[in-house]
Order: sequence, then C-alpha cells, then structure tokens
Amino acid sequence: MTAVQTTAPAPVKAKVTRAEFEEKFFGVLKWASVAFFLIITAFPLFYMIALSFKPLSALLQDPGDFLPSWSDITGMTTYREVLRPRSQGGQGFGIYIRNSFTVALTATILTTAIAIFGAYATARLKFAGRKLMTWGILIVYLFPGIVIAIPLFVVFTRLSLRDSLWGLIIVYVAQTIPVALYMLRSYFITIPVELEEAGLIDGLGRMGVIRRVTLPLSAPAIAAVALFVFMIAWNEFLFALLFLSAEPDLWTLSLGVNQLDSQEVPKTVLMAGSVIITVPVIILFFAAERFLTEGLTAGGVKG
Amino acid sequence: MTLQRREARLAWFLVLPAVLIVLGLVVIPVLWNVAMSFQRIRLIELQTFNFLSTDVSLENFRRVTGLSRFWEVVRTTVGYTFFGTILSIGMGMWAALVVKKAFIGRSLVRGLMLFPYVAPVIAVSFVWKIMLNPSFGITNHWLDIFGVQPIDFLGRRDFTLDLLGWELNAPVALSVVIAFEAWRYFPFAFLFILARLQALPGELDEAAKVDGATLSQRFFYVTLPQMKGVLSVLFLLRFIWTFNKFDDVQLLTGGSAGTEVITVSIVNWLQGRSDVGSAAALGVILAVILVMLLFVYFKWFFEEETA
Repeated sequence: MTAVQTTAPAPVKAKVTRAEFEEKFFGVLKWASVAFFLIITAFPLFYMIALSFKPLSALLQDPGDFLPSWSDITGMTTYREVLRPRSQGGQGFGIYIRNSFTVALTATILTTAIAIFGAYATARLKFAGRKLMTWGILIVYLFPGIVIAIPLFVVFTRLSLRDSLWGLIIVYVAQTIPVALYMLRSYFITIPVELEEAGLIDGLGRMGVIRRVTLPLSAPAIAAVALFVFMIAWNEFLFALLFLSAEPDLWTLSLGVNQLDSQEVPKTVLMAGSVIITVPVIILFFAAERFLTEGLTAGGVKG
Repeated sequence: MTLQRREARLAWFLVLPAVLIVLGLVVIPVLWNVAMSFQRIRLIELQTFNFLSTDVSLENFRRVTGLSRFWEVVRTTVGYTFFGTILSIGMGMWAALVVKKAFIGRSLVRGLMLFPYVAPVIAVSFVWKIMLNPSFGITNHWLDIFGVQPIDFLGRRDFTLDLLGWELNAPVALSVVIAFEAWRYFPFAFLFILARLQALPGELDEAAKVDGATLSQRFFYVTLPQMKGVLSVLFLLRFIWTFNKFDDVQLLTGGSAGTEVITVSIVNWLQGRSDVGSAAALGVILAVILVMLLFVYFKWFFEEETA
C-alpha cells in the first residue's frame, strides 16, 4: 500500500493514495463480509429446514442435492412421524411440546412477577442490605450452573421432585431471576422519579405507584425480560437432562430432540424435531426483535 | 412507624421472594456442593445417605486429579475457553463494523446475525453435526469436489500438517468445537459492540479524517481505544460463561476426540460413574481454577490501567 505512495513518479495516471486505496478496499471487503455473515447464519437454518423434508435415501445417494422436491414438502412424512404419539410408533412430540410450553410459560410468569417487585425495591427504595442485594445478584448471575446442578440433582432425587415438572420450573426461575432483576432494575432507574413522586402526592401508595406509574412506563422492558426468560427456559438442556431423563412423559422438547439422535432414527427426522423446537423461538424473536436487542444490551443476558 | 421504616419494610417484603429462591436454589446448593466434595457419596446411596455425616476426606479430590487425563482436561478447557472467547469477540467486532452504517437490507442482516445466539443449542448443534458428517454431510461433499478426502471433523483428534519438513499437529475436533462457540456467541459480542460503536461521538473520527488518517488508521488509533471498556467487559463475561459451558461440547462430541472439558467430565462422573462425591469435587476444582484465572485477569488489567 505504501509502495504505491513512495514509488510515485507516475505522472500520467492519478496517484492512488493509501486513503483512497483503503476506501475502495474496505468498500469491497464490506460487501464480501455481508455475504459471509449471511451465509454462516442463514445457511445452517436453511439446511436444517431443507433436510427435514428430504427423504433419507435420496440424501445418502447424493449429499449435495439437499433441496427437497415439492412432493417431499407436501408429504411432511418426517413431521408426521415426529408428532405421532409413541403408542402409535411415532416420536410423541405432542407431549414434549405441551411440556415445554408449560415449563417455559410458568417460569416466565413467575420470574417476571418476582423480578418486577425485587427490581423496584432495589432501584427505588432505601433499605438495609440494598447494596449487598445488588452485588449479590451480579455474583449469582456469573455462577457456574453445573456446580448448582449436582446438589439440586441430589435433593430432587431425595424429595422425588424428579418426577414432576415443578422441580424444573423452580430451577429455571432461580436461574433467570438474577438476569431479569438486573435488566429491570437498570430500566426502572431511568424512569424520572418526579413521575412517581407525583403519584405519591396524589395519594397513591407505593404499590399503587408501581401498578399505575412504573409498570405502564416500563412495558417494553418487561416484554423484553419476559421474552428472554421464555427463550432461556425453552432452550435449556442441562437441567432437563439431569432431572427428567428417567421420565419420558415429562420430557421437554430439548430432551425429545436429543432422543432422536440415535442409530434407529433417520437424520431427517432429527432435523424435523430441530425445526419444531426452533420455530417458536424464531417467531417470537422476529415479532419482538426491537425489544430484544435493546433488552439484551441493557442487561447482558447469560448464555 | 416513620415513612422511612415503612418503606424499608415494604422493600424487604418485595425482594423477599427473589432472595429466598436464589438462596435456596443457588447459594445453599453451592455451599452444599462444597460439603459433598469431601464425602463419599454414590448415586445408589442417595436415598439413605446421611448428609450431615462428619466422615470427611480428600479422597474425592485425589481420585479426580489422579486420573492421567486430568491435566489434559484442564488444558483443553482453558484453550477452548480462551480461543472461543477471543474468536467470538473478534467476529462480533467485525460484524458490528460491517453493519454500522445503514444499507439496503441492513435490518434483515442484523436480524439473521442473531439467529445462532437465540436458536436452541440442541437444534443448531445437530445441524452442525449433520453438516460435518463424513458420509452425508454437505461440508465433506463440497470438499470432495476439490478432491479432499472426507474428514470426520468431530471424531478426529488431530491432523498432521507437513509444512516444509515441519510437522504441525493441529487439533481437529477441538478446533471445530471452538469454531462452533465463536459462531454461536458472536451475536452477543456484536450487539454490545454495535451499541457502543453507535454511541461514539463522531467528531474525533471526523477530525482524524480531516488530518488525513486512513480508514484502518482511524480504526486502530481512534475507534479501538474508545472500545477498550466494552471489550474488556465482554471478554470477562464470555470467558466466565464459556468456561462454565456444558451443552455445546456435550452435544457436539460428548467430550471425545480431545474435546473433554471440565463440565463434561463432571457430568460423566455424575451419570456415567454414579459418583456424586467426585463430581462435586470436580465442580469445586472448576470454580477454583476459574477464580484463579479471573484473579490473574484483574491483576493484569488493573496494572495495565495504572501503568
């Protein structure tokens, strides 16, 4: 690059400066990069969907030809197998879908409710231990999940909580409360105190202020938090594996998909299961992308 | 009762549920994990085991560290975490620079970029496994077009490169797992870096431009120094979370072919060998190594700051 500059005496052609060269070079590189990122993110998604429709025999014959034909798509054979109850020789995903929704929705409601009150208190009210709480949240947020998993596994085995979904739900609540509390707290702080004081002067109690002033003003943040908790609970794998693996009727979708990874099940069926677990997250995500990106950078969500 | 005391009482009432759940399901289990690491507990004895037993010993720690693989597992964990962290942040920085200025289709690109991070790990890890499969995966099919022999990316430990008589041993499966980590978590770094980039005041960059600084010079001498804060926080967060990560490696390789990290090892002790005490001991070791590494990081970071 500098060579162009120093070996200069090329009188006829306009001299290309380093700055001009870089503008051009990075201009081209930018579009190449856009293409690169599009491929690495969209291709796996596309490949997963394509394979979920493709007959396995055709794929084995020519791995390069992974696009399904129209009749493959309308046939939906893999999806039918995945959704058919186990009693009829299918994979029984109907139950897993129901379990996943039960667990994720219950955890979302509980966490959001508990975190709203906790976050409000740490953001606005003065009490002994407030600093400790705020720091405690951060530390818990960084703690290794696996270290918590072993004792919980032991207790749940003792209490026979391993044969109900409640064990999993309260673990997800405990795992997501620090994130939710932290995100909501940083949002509540940005709400002008004057608005709340006006509410207090008008005769509302603290709870009234939370309900009538704080909650309506933080609706976007609360939506972001709820969506995040839902996604974490929906995607979770480790705790589900440890707590529920002995009880197929209680499996969440993660465990259902994991079960499909065996010699007896065609890989195309595995892909259909993967599509089923991914679709709700994608829909939620695109419906609320704006909230999510803002929520993420506000709290820094664990993953 | 004064207003202040009423407020404090209400505050405690509001935080109580969160505190109780976190204490009961995070803090107490962690302490208890430490206690269990000194006791001999097998999975089948769980129903009858006396948890307050005073029969303690260091036997679990001896058993766990005595394995010949132990140091290899620690090395793998540190390498996996370090490179996974650096690569995901590097890719995030690159992606943020690419979409910083508006262009047609930018919001679509930005939305898609978040996909690896929000998609369920179970789904994306299986997609990777199938793409990399030596007999019907698309990667090997494309490599085949260029005359490359099929490679079992996730099953092969290492690959010997012959560079002008130099024999270089490159880990295969471990590199793939690190690449997966970078791919899955670059969106996280991307979001933070993008938010910071867009909040930077434009005047400095303009001034440098007027003074004739080129694009790359402006990046390295103007933008990058202003990103130091966000990058060090990202490094810290990603390092901690990657170090504690279990699902990704477990699902891709199950810890085989030189990819066994400490967390995978813990679950093997717990479920494979039904040895709860040893699993707990390894959990303590994981936490201790992490704290030591963080200590080094902070020491280095603060010396750098004050220097």
